[in-house]
Amino acid sequence: MSITYLEAIREAQAKLLRDNEDVFIYGQDVGGTFGGAFKATKGLAKEFPGRVLNTPISEDAMVGTAIGAAMHGMRPIVEMQFADFSSTALNQILNNAGTHYWRTDVPIPITVRLPSGGTKGSGPFHSQSMESIYAHYPGLIVMTPATVEDAYTMLIEAVAIDDPVIYCEHKYLYYHLKAEKLPTEGLPTGKARIAREGRDLTVATYSAMLHEALAVAEQLASEGFETEVVDLRSVKPLDTNTVLASVARTGRLLCVGESFPWGSATAEIIARVTAEGFHLLDAAPQRLNAKDTPIPYHPNLWSAHRPNTKEIARKARALLRE
Amino acid sequence: MLQTAQRTAKSKTKKPALPHERFLEAFRWMLLARTLEEKLVSLYRGGLITGGVYIGKGQEAVSVACGLFLQKNDIFAPLIRDQAGRAAFGEPLIDVTRTYLGSRQGPMRGRDGNIHRGHPRKNELAMISHLGAMISVTVGALMAKRFRGEKGFIGLSCIGEGGMQTGSFHEGMNIAAVEQVPLVVVATNNHYAYSTPNEREFACHDLVDRAIGYGFEGYSLDGTDLAACLDVIGSAVKRARAGRPPQLVVASVLRLSGHGEHDDASYVTDEIKREPFARDCLKVTEQTIVDLKLVDSETLAGWRRHAAAQVDEAISTAQKEAPPEGDKEDWCAISTRSLVDSLE
Repeated sequence: MSITYLEAIREAQAKLLRDNEDVFIYGQDVGGTFGGAFKATKGLAKEFPGRVLNTPISEDAMVGTAIGAAMHGMRPIVEMQFADFSSTALNQILNNAGTHYWRTDVPIPITVRLPSGGTKGSGPFHSQSMESIYAHYPGLIVMTPATVEDAYTMLIEAVAIDDPVIYCEHKYLYYHLKAEKLPTEGLPTGKARIAREGRDLTVATYSAMLHEALAVAEQLASEGFETEVVDLRSVKPLDTNTVLASVARTGRLLCVGESFPWGSATAEIIARVTAEGFHLLDAAPQRLNAKDTPIPYHPNLWSAHRPNTKEIARKARALLRE
Repeated sequence: MLQTAQRTAKSKTKKPALPHERFLEAFRWMLLARTLEEKLVSLYRGGLITGGVYIGKGQEAVSVACGLFLQKNDIFAPLIRDQAGRAAFGEPLIDVTRTYLGSRQGPMRGRDGNIHRGHPRKNELAMISHLGAMISVTVGALMAKRFRGEKGFIGLSCIGEGGMQTGSFHEGMNIAAVEQVPLVVVATNNHYAYSTPNEREFACHDLVDRAIGYGFEGYSLDGTDLAACLDVIGSAVKRARAGRPPQLVVASVLRLSGHGEHDDASYVTDEIKREPFARDCLKVTEQTIVDLKLVDSETLAGWRRHAAAQVDEAISTAQKEAPPEGDKEDWCAISTRSLVDSLE
């Protein structure tokens, strides 16, 4: 038996609905027999009547409603159909949910699920990675699970957390990633994981880019270089200590993220490592993000726009030569 | 304390207040709001309030009616000009002065100011400046109550004609009707969005016509007529409580101040100041009380003195309290300490 990343998300939601009557799911097309654009809620409306609710195409009101419900004891999960559309709800997420605890001492336990990242042919409005925007604003926790196991345990943890959580689930991983079984427990959010050990170079990354980085590490191993790959798991909080400890071992750092480059999570990691671990570095730290253009439609362009194994390997080799 | 006394009197009275008793109660809240806000304006002019002062002058009759019919388990989402309604709903006066004067003991502890205050745990939502956003939040609070099996509650969310032109307002109204929550939205058309007059705000014949498009029941009223405010808003609250569709009430008034006290409102035309809706609702109400001899002039004077004393006490108390300090502040925007992102 095997379970996909997408099935893990569905199973986590089923468990949450089963275990906690305050949980409900709110989003476009999540209910009825349809079960969501990606089927992440398939069958849940039938199993949990009245708790998996279709909404109008109103991202602002979906999140606003979830905020009000969370303020009064519920644990809503909002599904954005695509991460890209959460831009329409930025006001509610950033200015309402993100400020509420600070202003009033009352936290807002909402979880906003963002189907994130690029897939072939999806174009500028169905491919975005928005973790860096959400991490920039105070008051939010931003999860970026890269494995089936994390997809499952981190979603369960997200709903248990009293603060607003932006849960970035990668669409490419939905079907491509499989595990034998679901875990009973996972690492807590805020702890990065060493996905592969190495002594020559640290690659710090998250979400789908973890798998690109691991593929590159394999290639570099055949060339005699041992790459340590750090899966950050969440970009906020950012486990700087684990990255610093890795850099202490390797002396070299490459950060890889799928979001646009300007002010991204990769820039934040480099800023922190440079400030706190300058003496550990044998070469200037590097980063790789998507290009600073809208995300292209055509597969030939799209695969060159995002960080890919070829580009990651090129950057890594250049860094190893220094 | 007027507030305590009147809340107690109200909650002990099983029978609804007689119309003139409710009218007089409403007048006293209006008077208290006006007295307080006039004082806040002086403090601002004297440089004793930082940020801004935003008052509800001319809108007290509508506002008080919003707060007066709500019960403790109802949700109230007041907006910028709802001092009268907030007080009638039960917000202590000291919360206002502490927030304006930046006391660490206030509900916002100096972290947010003026009209952004609220008590979410006591069902008074803390508005954000982005207009329209609180409609759907009110809807969500009502859904939570329904999910949890509560009965008999309603929500009342305030907005102005300016806020009615936002996308957030539209989404909130629509989702309220889709969810069929017991909601009353009271929209006060004060004829200016900051300096922009109605003709540059919307082009429909009458804002209340939108009710049908949203699946609301809609009512209009003259917001300078307290009896009409109490009747129309009170009835809307009753209908929402009885399970009718969401209710939209559109009140017409003129904002008798600037947008904030930094604004001299020189753009308000002399022509509009002659409109019937430009009357001062507090003066109109007082005149009605005198004309109908509901109370004598000594009682009125006593009420005035009492309001002034309450305001003075709330201000002097807040003024004596310590402000927040940057190096002692708990700079943490989330409640889950183990998940705080540390730059160290």
